[in-house]
Amino acid sequence: MLSINNLTAKVEDKTILKGLNLEVKPGEVHAIMGPNGAGKSTLGYVLSGREGYEVEGGSAELNNADLLDMDIEERARKGLFLAFQYPVEIPGVSNMEFMKESVNAVREQRGEAVLSAAEFLKVAKEACKQVQLPLDFLKRGVNEGFSGGEKKRNEIMQMILLKPTLCILDESDSGLDVDALQVVANGVNSQRSPERSFIVVTHYQRLLDYIKPDFVHILADGKIVKSGDASLALEVEKSGYAFLGKQYQGEQA
Amino acid sequence: MSQWLDQVIAHAEKTGAPVAWQETKHTASLNALKQHNWPTRKSESWRFTSLLPVETRDFVMNKTADLNSVSDSVSAIAGLDAIDIEFVNGQLLTDLNQLSLPDGVSICGFSNATDDSQKAFNTIKPEKHLFGLVNDTVIDSGIIVSIANNVEFATPIRFVHHVTENSENHSRILVNVGENAKVTIIEHGEGSASSVNTSFAEYDVKASAYLQHYRFALFSGQAIHAGGSHFRLAEHAKVESTVVGFGSALSRLDMDVIYTGEQANAFINAMYLLAEGENFDLQTTIEHAVPNCTTTENVRGIVGDRAKANFNGRIHIHRDAQKTLAELNNRNLLLSRRGQINTKPELEIYADDVKCAHGATVAEIEEKALYYLLSRGIKRSQALIMLNFGFIQELINDIELSAINLWLTDVLRERFSLMEVK
Repeated sequence: MLSINNLTAKVEDKTILKGLNLEVKPGEVHAIMGPNGAGKSTLGYVLSGREGYEVEGGSAELNNADLLDMDIEERARKGLFLAFQYPVEIPGVSNMEFMKESVNAVREQRGEAVLSAAEFLKVAKEACKQVQLPLDFLKRGVNEGFSGGEKKRNEIMQMILLKPTLCILDESDSGLDVDALQVVANGVNSQRSPERSFIVVTHYQRLLDYIKPDFVHILADGKIVKSGDASLALEVEKSGYAFLGKQYQGEQA
Repeated sequence: MSQWLDQVIAHAEKTGAPVAWQETKHTASLNALKQHNWPTRKSESWRFTSLLPVETRDFVMNKTADLNSVSDSVSAIAGLDAIDIEFVNGQLLTDLNQLSLPDGVSICGFSNATDDSQKAFNTIKPEKHLFGLVNDTVIDSGIIVSIANNVEFATPIRFVHHVTENSENHSRILVNVGENAKVTIIEHGEGSASSVNTSFAEYDVKASAYLQHYRFALFSGQAIHAGGSHFRLAEHAKVESTVVGFGSALSRLDMDVIYTGEQANAFINAMYLLAEGENFDLQTTIEHAVPNCTTTENVRGIVGDRAKANFNGRIHIHRDAQKTLAELNNRNLLLSRRGQINTKPELEIYADDVKCAHGATVAEIEEKALYYLLSRGIKRSQALIMLNFGFIQELINDIELSAINLWLTDVLRERFSLMEVK
């Protein structure tokens, strides 16, 4: 599914990823934890192709295709989905129009027929209900005036509609109360399948109570420094990142 | 000098005022017009808009009031239940006697003007507008709408200006909105045929009255347009105006708001979409002559290849106009490096306790928003269209009348889809 080899990347002049390796097989859920500034969000941006995030070396393949050589929109069409930590507000573009364009772009890529406005409305309403957003959110501007939790649920709704093969959730739990957290987690769990993989980036073990990971990785200073099963997350929750050495202790607050 | 203006003056001298009660005003305007120098690019209010397309034309008054002569008929607004008043060649086409109107609402021609209307006529439009003076002297028909005190008239009244090839279309509107009354007026002109179109409208909005106003200046191609909408607001009056402009060889709209009573508000949302090589010029002047009034102006435009937009937004806060709130912004998107935007917010403030904000931007697309759309698989060209149009859609979304909202979305989207990003 996803194969990252010795990936290094910089933002402006600062190297953030310093030789990252990660192998994700179909159907697996990988959690990535780590102190602030370790490069967790950068990984998502680099894989999605955001401007300003420059790959210096290494490789990343999605389903055996060179991900780093594709345009942003092509990566999405090939099945990559990044749920943003801070989704942008776009007043004037309705959520409905945005998602319809996006779903049809991906369907076109898969050789499926594009959905008419009426057909799309039907599936969009379903997805909207599933993430427990009121239906009028479909008509509003993309994320316009949404609360933090509503933005996160809107991201999950897009994931449900786009049916990607690899989903990267960038701190989709931050700023959520317990109820909203369950909605997000249920949305993710409903999409788990043998063909679909997840990378869940989080600060807290709490989310992993709801989304059970197969593997947990600790990302520190641009590299994966430790990998294990779900128990590793519990260990981090209990004793922090002290095992990483002195330089990280101050940053975990 | 201009051949066209000479012919206008000759015509006006020969025909005189359309009705007896306008004679004094007609003479005054004619004299003012004779004194008025033909503007050049050195005249401040015409600095960025060339009058060349009108200068050497012949003034040909064709008085055929026949819809069959129309080359570009104005589109209907689906789902809008409105009273349509149609003009062709500056001649009134609609039989006003056939309108069935409730008590307190009157729509009449100049010859049936009440004393009050006669007094109000031509006191709201400032004398400074050259084409306003032209309109004063050559109109031979006009409409006066009066809404009595405390009458809320729900049916919008739409003035429709059709364009015929090689024509002069000059028409005039006066709207009296009585105290605590409510009405919606739509001024709708559309067409591309070679023609000169001046339509001027004056709105006398009395105390606590509420006017919803739309002006669709959808002239393109060789249709020359120079018009104006002018508002006088008494205390607690409210005006919401939505302006939509296309560009043509020469298209110019002057708007004036004059506050005469306190606690009055004006909201103006204006948008323009200029396709290749088109010109559009919007000039707004807000006279805050009394305290405690609020003005909000949002002006947004998309300017295509080799097209030219000019916006001048003047807000004049007089010495006594304390506690004025005025906000003006003009945002533009350029689709090509060869497009041109001249924007000038002009604040003149003589009171010391006021809150004013203004801003003008010429923008490119926000990187974060573009990235977001791309990251969902949307093609770059499509994402650019969505974001560009989104910026106009925001103002369309403010329109409460859903038939107009939907119609305008379609009209502007269609126009935008034909505009190329270069």
